[in-house]
Amino acid sequence: MAELLSGYIYSGFAITGRLIFERLQSERGGAMHLILFFIFAGLCLAGAINLLLQSHPINSALSLIVVMTSLAVLYLLLGAEFLAAAQIIVYAGAIMVLFTFVVMLLNAGREERTMGSRVARSVGFPAVVAILAVLATIILRAQDLGVASMKGGITSTEELSKVLFTELLLPFEVTSVLILIAILGAVALASRGNGERTASK
Amino acid sequence: MSSLFSNLLQQEVPIVWYLLLSAALFSLGVIGFLIKRNLITMFMSIELMLNGVNLSFVTFAHQWGAVKGQIFVFFVMVVAAAEAAVGLAIIIAVFRARATLTVDRINLMKL
Repeated sequence: MAELLSGYIYSGFAITGRLIFERLQSERGGAMHLILFFIFAGLCLAGAINLLLQSHPINSALSLIVVMTSLAVLYLLLGAEFLAAAQIIVYAGAIMVLFTFVVMLLNAGREERTMGSRVARSVGFPAVVAILAVLATIILRAQDLGVASMKGGITSTEELSKVLFTELLLPFEVTSVLILIAILGAVALASRGNGERTASK
Repeated sequence: MSSLFSNLLQQEVPIVWYLLLSAALFSLGVIGFLIKRNLITMFMSIELMLNGVNLSFVTFAHQWGAVKGQIFVFFVMVVAAAEAAVGLAIIIAVFRARATLTVDRINLMKL
């Protein structure tokens, strides 16, 4: 059932993406690419800032979903069709459901401000601003980066999977083992272990 | 600097803007990791940093017309999913032992 549903989501997403792409590639598009970029980059930044400002974890989780969904649209603008769908399904779907589930399970309340956060604020903010300034300077100094447009077309899932399943087959299989280990680890950690039970006796 | 705004009315967005957005997302993630005191929200800030890096990967993949950049993002997503599963399990275990999610109260490795 879940596979069927995600299949429907993916195909609906792909069809909508194709329609937007055809419009973007035609001359009628005008400044649509730019407008879409501004809207979703703004949403992205607003969501990220809201994540920091909210004091309740569930509000932070919801603004993180906004960030991830608008990033999916930006991926679509950059021609990464499969990644846009994966971003919605894996990040905004699976991972964030896990997050909200844990927030609700643990009944996490409003966070408290403590001494540690004040120190982190006074030392951390200048450091982060410095990092951002360095990054921005390096990026802005690179003059010949060019522009992102729809002329290059989109990377189809077929193209992606051809490389993934031939050239990069070993990393792919290793990742599946990693996922398996992660599942086992999560179950072992979250279930009440034997040691804990004997300790409480 | 003037080249940043030279093609405002065309169908193109400078690559630089995408990279600046990704740098901004990454920095916001770092700030969140520093100022947030809730374990789950700090974890969310890490996800935000990963997303910022992913955006720059996709941007460069678009710029070079390379497929492997996108595949790298796919791997990052897979690792992030595994990380979220294990990390949230650890958070549940810590909450069970300490009954708090404030990181300043969690100052012992021993359960």
